[in-house]
Amino acid sequence: MLRLIARRLIFAVVTLWVVSMVVFSAIELLPGDACQAFLGQMAQGKRLENCRAEHNLNAPAYARYSDWALGLASGDLGKSIKRSKPLEEIIGPRFRNTVILGLTAALVGIPLAIVLGALAALYRDRRADLWISFIAIFCMTVPEFITGTLLISFFSVWLGWLPGIVIMRADAPILEVLSKIVLPVMTLTLVMVAHIMRMVRTSMIDVLASDFVMMSQLKGVSRVRQVVMHALPNALLPTINLIALNIAWLMGGVLVVEVVFNYPGIGRLSVNAISDRDFPLVQAIALLMASLYVALNLIADLLALVLNPKLRTRGAGL
Amino acid sequence: MTAPLLSIENLSIGFTGLNDQPVFIVRDVNLTLAAGETLGLVGESGCGKSSLLLAMMGYYKQGLGRLRGGIAYDGQDPGLVSPQQLQALRGGGMALIPQNAGQALTPTLRIKAQMVEVLRLHSDLAPGAWQARCLALFERVKLPDPEQMLNRYPHELSGGQQQRVAIAMALAGEPDLLLLDEPTTGLDVTTQVGVLALLQEICQDLNTAMVYVSHDIQVISQVCNQIAIMYAGEIVEMGPRADLLTQPVHPYTQGLLASIPRLNQQTLPHPIAGEMLQPVHRGSNVGCGYAGRCPLATDQCRATAPLAQPIADRWVKCHEVTAAMAGEFIRPAQKLLAANLGDRELLSVADLSIRYQAPTWLQSLRGQQPPAIVRAVSFGIQKGEIVGLVGESGSGKSTILKTIAGLQGSLSGRITLSGTDDLTGPVESRPRGSLRKVQLVFQNPDASLNPRKTIGEILRRPLELYFDLATGVMDQAVDALLQRVNLPESYKGRFPGQLSGGEKQRVAIARALAAKPELILCDEITSALDVSVQAAILKLLLDLRADSGVSLLFVSHDLAVVETLCDSVLVLEGGEVREAGLCAEVFKNPQHAYTQALLASVL
Repeated sequence: MLRLIARRLIFAVVTLWVVSMVVFSAIELLPGDACQAFLGQMAQGKRLENCRAEHNLNAPAYARYSDWALGLASGDLGKSIKRSKPLEEIIGPRFRNTVILGLTAALVGIPLAIVLGALAALYRDRRADLWISFIAIFCMTVPEFITGTLLISFFSVWLGWLPGIVIMRADAPILEVLSKIVLPVMTLTLVMVAHIMRMVRTSMIDVLASDFVMMSQLKGVSRVRQVVMHALPNALLPTINLIALNIAWLMGGVLVVEVVFNYPGIGRLSVNAISDRDFPLVQAIALLMASLYVALNLIADLLALVLNPKLRTRGAGL
Repeated sequence: MTAPLLSIENLSIGFTGLNDQPVFIVRDVNLTLAAGETLGLVGESGCGKSSLLLAMMGYYKQGLGRLRGGIAYDGQDPGLVSPQQLQALRGGGMALIPQNAGQALTPTLRIKAQMVEVLRLHSDLAPGAWQARCLALFERVKLPDPEQMLNRYPHELSGGQQQRVAIAMALAGEPDLLLLDEPTTGLDVTTQVGVLALLQEICQDLNTAMVYVSHDIQVISQVCNQIAIMYAGEIVEMGPRADLLTQPVHPYTQGLLASIPRLNQQTLPHPIAGEMLQPVHRGSNVGCGYAGRCPLATDQCRATAPLAQPIADRWVKCHEVTAAMAGEFIRPAQKLLAANLGDRELLSVADLSIRYQAPTWLQSLRGQQPPAIVRAVSFGIQKGEIVGLVGESGSGKSTILKTIAGLQGSLSGRITLSGTDDLTGPVESRPRGSLRKVQLVFQNPDASLNPRKTIGEILRRPLELYFDLATGVMDQAVDALLQRVNLPESYKGRFPGQLSGGEKQRVAIARALAAKPELILCDEITSALDVSVQAAILKLLLDLRADSGVSLLFVSHDLAVVETLCDSVLVLEGGEVREAGLCAEVFKNPQHAYTQALLASVL
């Protein structure tokens, strides 16, 4: 078990190292350098030289990579070209906002999806199942900018209950953030629930047909207990990785939703960084996203390990 | 006389099919069971025995329901009581011991949680006493290390231990009636003997009534005093164990008993022709369900369903009881002795060791080898010889077979065919010529035949692969193959799904024959079949050997089958050969303790 976790951690670190090389070389392979890209037509003479000197672009690539990588390892993301603040201060609050939005959506959406999926499986092919599946698939197929717009026109324009867009500073206090993200969370939940719910439904249908659920029924166990104790834990095992992917998707800054609701998160920041041609910022965000995916998948694998007794004892062999 | 514990009257189970016609899985079953009585329900797959058993608990599989008739357990009909009463009945009044305990235990819950669940529902014990009660139950079913068992997960137990936990769990609610659904079917013979002994003991000590469902009449006769034979949804004969086993009356009972391979028998098991009536045809106003296969059937049998008539202590549903009791209609064939086996060796296996993995670089650096599944096995097969590989699960018998076929990983030693073809390498590295000479038939034809190809296409494939035939010749070859395995030519256009299990296995054998092989590797090819069908397949294999002189390597866990079919036998345990020799000698006079133990476990 411990050996397995150690192995997975090493793999995760190696993956991140490879990703950092790829990100760095991708930027490096672009014609020109970060200063040329940023300055555009003004990239000449003293201005360019100053910029290059300031961002240490005159050093050879391997030296810059090792500086950057060592900086990352010690928590220093580097310096933005356009913005005067250190990257940590630019990325930090926006990433926090994205995490708040994503986590809230996950906390609302995932339990909802599990409950709906289980219900749909229990009422398989009956009216409840058909309605749940129909609505879920409908929400999944409609792109989130339309869902978002519809929600805005319904809740803010028509009913006037909720603000249509988020107006706040990036580093607003958490309570203020939470009070403003009802509509974005609803949008994300609607989009996300269908994927997980469909998977839970399929997996639950398989488990409900299994011998051990029938056995628990024939032991005289009540229906609720059959479902909650015997069926559900086994039905969730195959969905853990899907759930992790969904959380990673949420944490990656759901660009469209952030744009629709004017939400100061990492998704909008990355768009801005690209349109500003602020390469150090783009680099830092790309790496942040990669670490997030790696970390969440790692957590999902470990969670699957914890929840599945079979994997746990066979663990050493994996 | 006191009221019976369980009584079933005219029970029919099934569903309403097309045109509102009822489809019968179980038809007009009558049963009574007194407290403490043990009844065995014997029948082949699809006869409705499991559906009948589950109906006693008021449970019907998806889509099924009670069509008519009544069930009374202790005066209550499980189909009519309230959900609370039903929950109390299930596990408390009667308890199920399932077929595959490994799958019937919830994988994510510890054994303790699953045991306690029953105690909470069906006993008056205080929570503090649960642990002690569980331990006492585990001692009762003779589980080693009871305390540790409680904290384990189901997959951490062996198959026999899982089955014992399932028995303990059924006993936890102190039921008056135990319902057993093939509880030893998935177990090795030596494990099965232990579980059966335990069940006998429980019967005697606790005076619990039992209904025991199995396809294996020998297993049933170990535990039950009364035996009921089920065929096509009906009980065709029922009576005390001794009467039924020694003097079966119903033609089906006689046929069933004659089709079972037994040790030290001079005759071949006698197959029953045809196959069981499908549920759709088990209508309410047609003749005897067995008429289609019965050698004694008359017009009356085909026209009207026989009623149960008593004969001494038993009753039988048959019109032709007198003819049946004369018992002249089953004449088993004499066992064919191995036809003049020359000493021309076909296959030679020398010092074969098999590992699942090649050594990792770290292991090869240290000079280590991963553990071997099969160790230093040597044997030979003569031309025209049938060699049996027997052993329990994990003995490496299938691994050896797959290695000879070239499907299994890393090995050392030599495998040679006809002295010239090297079979040591994997299948990719073998020339087509030596591939053709060795063919493999798998255990489960459902998995080994492509469901989207017709039988004709399936048989044509090896012909195309190994021989360059013109289309007309090819069609003739396919017809000839079907004929050789006793299937009508019209089956060419059918899909595997339209065939019965025995027919599918015949197609799989025909596919192997298509390559004109010198050696056919058979991996438990009759284990998934009913005995009456198995007998026919065994006869087919013997005929094929007599006709074409093909050699067979036959893997099986069933010693009686091996003794019936094989000339020589290898007994494997834990990847090593324990004993080898001619069947006649090994089975009559086993030398190794393990062979003796195996033979002693045969019922």
